[in-house]
Amino acid sequence: MAKRRFSTKSLGRGLFSIVVFLILWELGSSSKHWIGADFFGPLRDALGAMGFKKTWLPWIGMIPAPSDVLRAWAGVVGDSGYWQSWYKSFLRVMAGFTAAMILGIPFGLLLAVNRTAFGIGFPVFEVLRPIPPLAWVPAAIIFWPTQELSIAFVTFLGAFYTIVINVVGGARSIDVRFFQAARSMGSSRWDIFRRIILPATLPSIVVGSAVGMGITWEVVVAAEMISGGGGTGGNGLGFFIWNSYVGGSYELIVVGMISIGIAGFISSELLRALGKFVTPWLRLR
Amino acid sequence: MGAAPDAQPAQTRGAIRIEDVVKIYEPDGAAVMAVDHCSLEIEAGEICMIVGPSGCGKTTLLNAIAGFHDITSGRITLDGDVLCSTGRPKAEPGPDRVVVFQNGALFPWKTNLQNVAFGPVMQGKLTVREAREKALGMMADAGLAGVENNYPGEISSGMRRRVEIVRALMNDPKVLLLDEPYRALDSLTKSVMHEALLEIYYKNKVTIFFITHDLEEAIFLGHKVAIMTTRPCKPKKVLEVNIPHPRDYGVLTSKRFRELIEETSEAVHEEAIKAFQTGEKEG
Amino acid sequence: MLYRLSLWLRSPRPFLMLVGFTLFLGFWYLAVEVWKLPRFREMPGLTTVLKEWTNPDPAYGLSIYTKDYYSHMWTSVWRVTQAFLLATALGVPLGLLLGWSKKLKDFVFPVFEMLRPIPTLAWVPIAIVMFVGTEPAVIFLTFLSSFFATALNTMLGVESIDESYVRAANCLGASKRQVFIHVIVPGALPFIFTGLQISIGVAWFSLVAAEMVSGQFGLGYVINNSYTQVAYPTIVIGMITLGAVGYATSALVRMAGNLLMQWRIRELAMGEQ
Repeated sequence: MAKRRFSTKSLGRGLFSIVVFLILWELGSSSKHWIGADFFGPLRDALGAMGFKKTWLPWIGMIPAPSDVLRAWAGVVGDSGYWQSWYKSFLRVMAGFTAAMILGIPFGLLLAVNRTAFGIGFPVFEVLRPIPPLAWVPAAIIFWPTQELSIAFVTFLGAFYTIVINVVGGARSIDVRFFQAARSMGSSRWDIFRRIILPATLPSIVVGSAVGMGITWEVVVAAEMISGGGGTGGNGLGFFIWNSYVGGSYELIVVGMISIGIAGFISSELLRALGKFVTPWLRLR
Repeated sequence: MGAAPDAQPAQTRGAIRIEDVVKIYEPDGAAVMAVDHCSLEIEAGEICMIVGPSGCGKTTLLNAIAGFHDITSGRITLDGDVLCSTGRPKAEPGPDRVVVFQNGALFPWKTNLQNVAFGPVMQGKLTVREAREKALGMMADAGLAGVENNYPGEISSGMRRRVEIVRALMNDPKVLLLDEPYRALDSLTKSVMHEALLEIYYKNKVTIFFITHDLEEAIFLGHKVAIMTTRPCKPKKVLEVNIPHPRDYGVLTSKRFRELIEETSEAVHEEAIKAFQTGEKEG
Repeated sequence: MLYRLSLWLRSPRPFLMLVGFTLFLGFWYLAVEVWKLPRFREMPGLTTVLKEWTNPDPAYGLSIYTKDYYSHMWTSVWRVTQAFLLATALGVPLGLLLGWSKKLKDFVFPVFEMLRPIPTLAWVPIAIVMFVGTEPAVIFLTFLSSFFATALNTMLGVESIDESYVRAANCLGASKRQVFIHVIVPGALPFIFTGLQISIGVAWFSLVAAEMVSGQFGLGYVINNSYTQVAYPTIVIGMITLGAVGYATSALVRMAGNLLMQWRIRELAMGEQ
């Protein structure tokens, strides 16, 4: 139903609202400078009852303004520590994600193809899945010798679940007729696996990867914040944010947030491009 | 000279004139002509069958009449009123020209009865109770008694088609637009559906605009059969089927029927070969 | 339903399931308590955890007999419920509108997509700054990720609706508003509920993260605290409880979906025959 035609009109509207968003943000944050304390009196009290801070403009008041954020960002761009954080986080994400793919795809395929394996493995998998990856952090710290490995393990878990689910789902929905056609043309079981199951599952793997990537970033940032980000000289963007908070530089918090957002976006796009490369037949739909 | 020669009053509404219609698509910058100066006249109350190879543009015509797509130039009128023209290229979809879709578009989340009663209720023409009563009656007439409270997903596809047709007819439309409705059915079910359709037709003399690729289906059902060229489409040959209505199963083996098939199958075959050679994608 | 249960029992599936669990639990038990493998030594073993869990007077304060266990559980559940309901109440309408109106999507979606990739925990400092007290902050964080997931999936759901349904409704004389109510909303419902199941999973994820960082109550806190207090078996108790509760809430959402989509069940039932 949605036709993705790239029109300048859409682009214009998008840019317009981004600009509006930034303007509103700027105004809201600097409101403490030009709006009196009692201006929003009753509204503030009402919001205060709901738990919002009763500072100048109900909740935006304390958030740093875009202009301050940009200034802070310009300041930190020259700092090698900032880029090291980028590098560290990216590394962790890639490591955990790759591990999840390497283990998850074969595992998922095994479950999908072999009914006995499915019967044995899937229930255990499904029972463990609702336990959020972060809940594994303490257990991982106990188990793994280094902090880096425990973060990697937790990251791996997050993506692993999603990828497996998507692979299993994709493999199970392969049209039966593909199998019948192949068998009638004399394919061996290995052939069928290689030429039918694998390619047909690829789209689901790609989708699973995209979602898994998002989760991986969440987990990495969370793990970095929780475990204090130490490790072998590593900081990471999560730690960057937490540090900025502790150090009282609120602008840098936002810088960190946006940086992660951008990093996440880049990795998703990379993955999507890779996915398109691997499944050329979908492009022609 | 298409209306049935029996005692029932001839239909006076639902005459469609397609005048010199052109439709050009531009999917990725390259202009593709789907309909090429097509002109066709369909009389009120007539069953007009459009036959052509897949992807030739026949659905485009139907979409133009229904108001789903616009035309590039030309004119389509219904009973003299302009539906769409070069100046106003897109018609508004409406209950005077209801469509029965190729893959069925009964709402899966409503019961068959709710589906059938949908039109008049939405338009405010009948209250919910009145609509349901009328729906029950029409469904019974069409041999669909007993499935009112089932969901479309629970009944066979043949029955679903019939429910969809009844849903359309509830609105007392001028024209019934059918887009290869029986394409996915097996030939046994198809022949039953044909008789069912004719039965419904004899009770409600709507104009029927029926797209198909099946020549036998076309000649069996239609007053008029328009054989279209492969893309871009225009009428290659228009045939008046002078087998009298009401028709039944027996017509299929009649001499006249066989003669008509002979006359037209060559034309159809020619276009089919052309379509095959240019590798038409499913339209 | 009983029929299907009996069918299931007669298949090899329950047996295989048992095999799976036995292998898993067996490995855990053996690795930690019997063979005492290198890294597994330090971990709390299966029997230790079970004993603690079912102990009327637990060494570390939490078992199925203690009140605290249930109050922590309830705190987490209640937080998730609030956040999830709020996220659904805001996310579904937004998603529906974004899918329905191309114009609105042009305006709103870019900003939405800019904010979405920011991980939940990255919002923690901002949340602390915005809200008084832990509770609203935790709920806000949980709400955020749930909201984005719900809105996005709802929007995708609307966009996946077969065009023919909308066209049919138009033919039958429905106004835009009627199309929205009678076609778009029911048509998107299956996708919405898939999204909701994802959403509640994500909510639990964020909740645990938030609780670990800033809470004094809740299962996330329990896990984190047990670690710092070196009460290792309780960590596992917390994890298992989380898993169980997470699964239960997810199942509730699924059941709600099945209730609302009777037609789907019957359709699928036809397909299975």
